[in-house]
Amino acid sequence: MPIPDWLRVRRSKNDSDVAHWEKCPKCGEVLYRKELAENLFVCPRCTYHFRMHAFDRVHMLVDGDFVELGTEIKPSDPLHWIDKRSYPEKLAGDRAKSSLSEGIVTGFGAIGGIEVALGVMDFSFRGGTMGTVVGERIALLFEAARDRAVPSVIFTASGGARMEEGMLALMQMAKTTLALERFREAGNYAITVLTDPTTGGVSASFAFQADVIIAEARAAIGFAGRRVIEQTIRQKLPENFQTAEFLLEKGAIDMVVARPELRDTLVRLLDYGVGARA
Amino acid sequence: MNLIVERENELLEFERRIAELKDHSRDQPVDLSHEIAALEAKYAQLLHEIFDRLSPWQRVHMSRHPKRPLGADYVAALDVFDELHGDRQFRDDPSIIGGFAKLGGRRIVTIAQEKGRDTKEKVRRNFGMPAPEGYRKVKRLIDLAAHLGLSIVTFVDTPGADPGIGSEERAQAEAIASCLYALAQAPVPIVSTIIGEGGSGGALALALADHVVMLEHSTYSVASPEGCAAILWGDASKAEEAAERLRLTSDDLRGFGIVDEVIAEPLGGAQRDPAATIRRVLDAAGRALDRLAAIPPRELRESRYAKYRRIGGWQDASRSMTESLS
Repeated sequence: MPIPDWLRVRRSKNDSDVAHWEKCPKCGEVLYRKELAENLFVCPRCTYHFRMHAFDRVHMLVDGDFVELGTEIKPSDPLHWIDKRSYPEKLAGDRAKSSLSEGIVTGFGAIGGIEVALGVMDFSFRGGTMGTVVGERIALLFEAARDRAVPSVIFTASGGARMEEGMLALMQMAKTTLALERFREAGNYAITVLTDPTTGGVSASFAFQADVIIAEARAAIGFAGRRVIEQTIRQKLPENFQTAEFLLEKGAIDMVVARPELRDTLVRLLDYGVGARA
Repeated sequence: MNLIVERENELLEFERRIAELKDHSRDQPVDLSHEIAALEAKYAQLLHEIFDRLSPWQRVHMSRHPKRPLGADYVAALDVFDELHGDRQFRDDPSIIGGFAKLGGRRIVTIAQEKGRDTKEKVRRNFGMPAPEGYRKVKRLIDLAAHLGLSIVTFVDTPGADPGIGSEERAQAEAIASCLYALAQAPVPIVSTIIGEGGSGGALALALADHVVMLEHSTYSVASPEGCAAILWGDASKAEEAAERLRLTSDDLRGFGIVDEVIAEPLGGAQRDPAATIRRVLDAAGRALDRLAAIPPRELRESRYAKYRRIGGWQDASRSMTESLS
């Protein structure tokens, strides 16, 4: 379904059965949901960046229509995984909670008049973990973008590889790498935007292989999870450890951008790639 | 305590008693051959009982057996080895051993993860957990092989990439991502062997390959069973349950098309005959290299792409039900 319709459905749902108010987890300010959405889900008081729904992101970025790709790729249960709940039950719960079919939305649209292949991961679906559907949709996106010779912009938000799909999930690191490599080798331009949080198998594959890597302000980014490191070294980590600003200081990323400036920044950066395959 | 070592102690007890009886029958004019034969039969029975059907959790312990052949043992068994050090940026990571080598007369670049055998070595090798500088050495060696047109043979054995503060400060994620990218690009044959623990992305960084060989009792997993249990259930002590679910054995991975060839181990595990096990792995790598050497670089990269492109477990709703279920 086209984005505007989808948003209408979601917004109307929000009006009826979802709370009108949100509390900022950082400063405690109580915010009217509609105003928060108008402010791109940034707290007007302390500039805390709320995690965003994938379709809200798409809406914030694309000029007009967004043609979704890969919706026919749906999860199955290759390991017949069951713990407290079965994997299909977990997926059904996430679908209901997030209104998404999987952890990433992919498709084509224009940002500031430049056509791009856009991928947006969503942390609310299985913690944004990369299973075989996320990997397949990303590979399809890079392949289609290569055919059309348009740049890619991928927003990452992920806890890493998805446990419930085991090694099939880990292999998506290889698959997305191969697809991105082939896309770039043909002379195309890849941009990644790291959002909160980006860790594990996603950060250690396509996220850090792009030409330009942007991070959203204060996003948590790293390879190992904070808890894993704290358990390993048995001490508390400093507050700013593994933040976007920390990575910028260490030289791991190109820039940190606050959400209100993100779209304009992307438009400027995309413009430098216009001649890439001319 | 390693579960396999525990069971081996039962066997050792038998071995000791059999040896005792044999000594006894040499010194004294009593015929103990029946008793010896009976004990030997029991020993063989126990051996099969323990090792014929190892559970996934037992295989995890087998892959971590203190006497299992390690990366350096495989490298030492190559015909020639000229070690190359360092990432040219920060330091030489001892958990990665790599350089030029010859395998049955073939010129190759080899890269191995090394855990270290005794405590001092384990600490020096960081228990086989490479830091970013280790992965940057790996990437440098992959690029070198690509530049000189040499085939690549890797030996994978790691609990995972190092999760320390320094590793995060030096961008562990970027270092692993760069190895994967270099392996995707390299226009030369790549053979990876999983010889012990294949721990997550830290293992895959050496294992995006044209041909993946795995020892029967090695494991290769999206996360360590302990890590998986901690992530999903907040309780690392449920590792055995995680091991059962993760499908991390060589049979499972051969079935998924993630591993191309499984090498049998001696009954009781690789440590019972390290030399023969190492030889079998190296022979398998050599055969794969010969087959891959005949493929033009362009086609080689094409088939590498196709191989990983296929790996999945999703449903395609645009296809018929029968097709997606087959």
